[in-house]
Amino acid sequence: MSLVTPDFGLLFWMTLIFAIVFFLLAKWGFPAITGMVEKRADRIEESIEKARKAENLLAEMSERNAAMIEETRTEQSRILRDAAQARDAIVSQAKQQAQEEASKIMKHARTQIAAEKESALMDIRSQVASLSVDVAEKILREKLSDNKTQMDLINRMVDELSRSENPS
Amino acid sequence: MRWLRYILAVMLAALVSVPSRAEDLDMNEYLFGHVGDSYEWHITTVNGHPVSIALPVIVHSKTTGWHVFSSKHLEEGAYEGLYISSSGKYSGKIVERGPSGEEVRPLDISITKNVAGLMFNSALLVLLVLLTARWYRKHDAREEVPKGLVGVMEMMVTMVEDDIIKECIGKEYKRYSPYLLTAFFFIFINNLMGIVPFFPGGANITGNIAVTFVLAMCTFLAVNLFGNKHYYKDIFWPDVPMFLKVIPLMPLIEIIGIFTKPFSLMIRLFANILAGHVMLLGVVAVVFLTAKLGVGMNAGLSTISVLFGVFLDVLELLVAFLQAYVFTMLSAVFIGLSRQGD
Repeated sequence: MSLVTPDFGLLFWMTLIFAIVFFLLAKWGFPAITGMVEKRADRIEESIEKARKAENLLAEMSERNAAMIEETRTEQSRILRDAAQARDAIVSQAKQQAQEEASKIMKHARTQIAAEKESALMDIRSQVASLSVDVAEKILREKLSDNKTQMDLINRMVDELSRSENPS
Repeated sequence: MRWLRYILAVMLAALVSVPSRAEDLDMNEYLFGHVGDSYEWHITTVNGHPVSIALPVIVHSKTTGWHVFSSKHLEEGAYEGLYISSSGKYSGKIVERGPSGEEVRPLDISITKNVAGLMFNSALLVLLVLLTARWYRKHDAREEVPKGLVGVMEMMVTMVEDDIIKECIGKEYKRYSPYLLTAFFFIFINNLMGIVPFFPGGANITGNIAVTFVLAMCTFLAVNLFGNKHYYKDIFWPDVPMFLKVIPLMPLIEIIGIFTKPFSLMIRLFANILAGHVMLLGVVAVVFLTAKLGVGMNAGLSTISVLFGVFLDVLELLVAFLQAYVFTMLSAVFIGLSRQGD
């Protein structure tokens, strides 16, 4: 049967045509296509790799950012705490200083008052003394109006003096 | 579904209105006329006159030398002493009378219907692939992705390359890739064009054993010319008990295996495509065979045959792809086996 016996003519033409087709396609057809497709696949792979790297970088950066924010926050709270401390210190120091100043002023005032008081006392005392001398003078003048009394007084004074000079 | 019903109604009306010229259909001639080869390309018959394309006949006779003429000269009978044999060993082929009156077949390399179809399909394939390749030269494929036809071609090339060639061959796939891609697209386009029922299609090319023989031969050469040491050691000195090698039983089986592999490729493609064509033709023939049974019977059976024909046509589309895929994959597997251990 002619169906299962290869005909020479067709065999000849098929070989020729297939050889030509193969030559054309193998030279200018498929390598160009597969080469470019492969290049594109490489490119896509490369891009994915790049994207992955960029993503990693981004994640790293955002991590770093978060760390920085955290750090800043602690720094901020530390500064605030320090400031509060400093303020408290200043205020307390000021208070203390004010207290010291006040007490100094008070002391000063007190000494001044004391001095004034002393001088006033001295004044009063000298006045009292001069008054009492005047009173004594007046009394003496009254008493020494006669000789006898005068003499008695002189004697007693001399006695007293001599006793005090020669106590033995 | 609605439009389908309309189409069927119109078809039925057309069938009914055709005056039934109940000629006897010669099934044998009808089938072999369609799946076989011929010297002219018969397209259709209008009012009893065949419309066909004349093709060049090229023969070399031992006694009268070269003859090149158009096949239309053969319609009337003998031309330059050559005529188409109607019976005997060379039925349907060009023969001449030998010295003792017997039919002698000259060397015949005529452009027959199959050769013409082969040329047309090959030109189409080359055009398609080179156009696709041109796109890649004109564009930077790293930045752009092709659309339309080039996109489809790229998808198929990538599919064959990734799913078949790389998978089955392994590291050295690049060397075989052009051949396997060519084989795949060559078979695929010829299968598809074989399903197309009218002129440039319709030639039963991949269902012809000469065509599949050449394709299988190419795979045979690709396997055995580039086979490595490991491959040949497995054939002539396989790892089997000594007595199987002293009486060379295993080498014998292996050597037979070298030939059965491409042989199975040849038969598989040929038989699948031929069977598909015969089935389709048979189903279509129902329309004409039942013409004698009356209008009602004819219309009913024709409807069934058309529906079944649609089903078979779709099935053939699948087979067209599948056989191209299977041929390429098995070729790749055989090549892969010959490169094992690389």
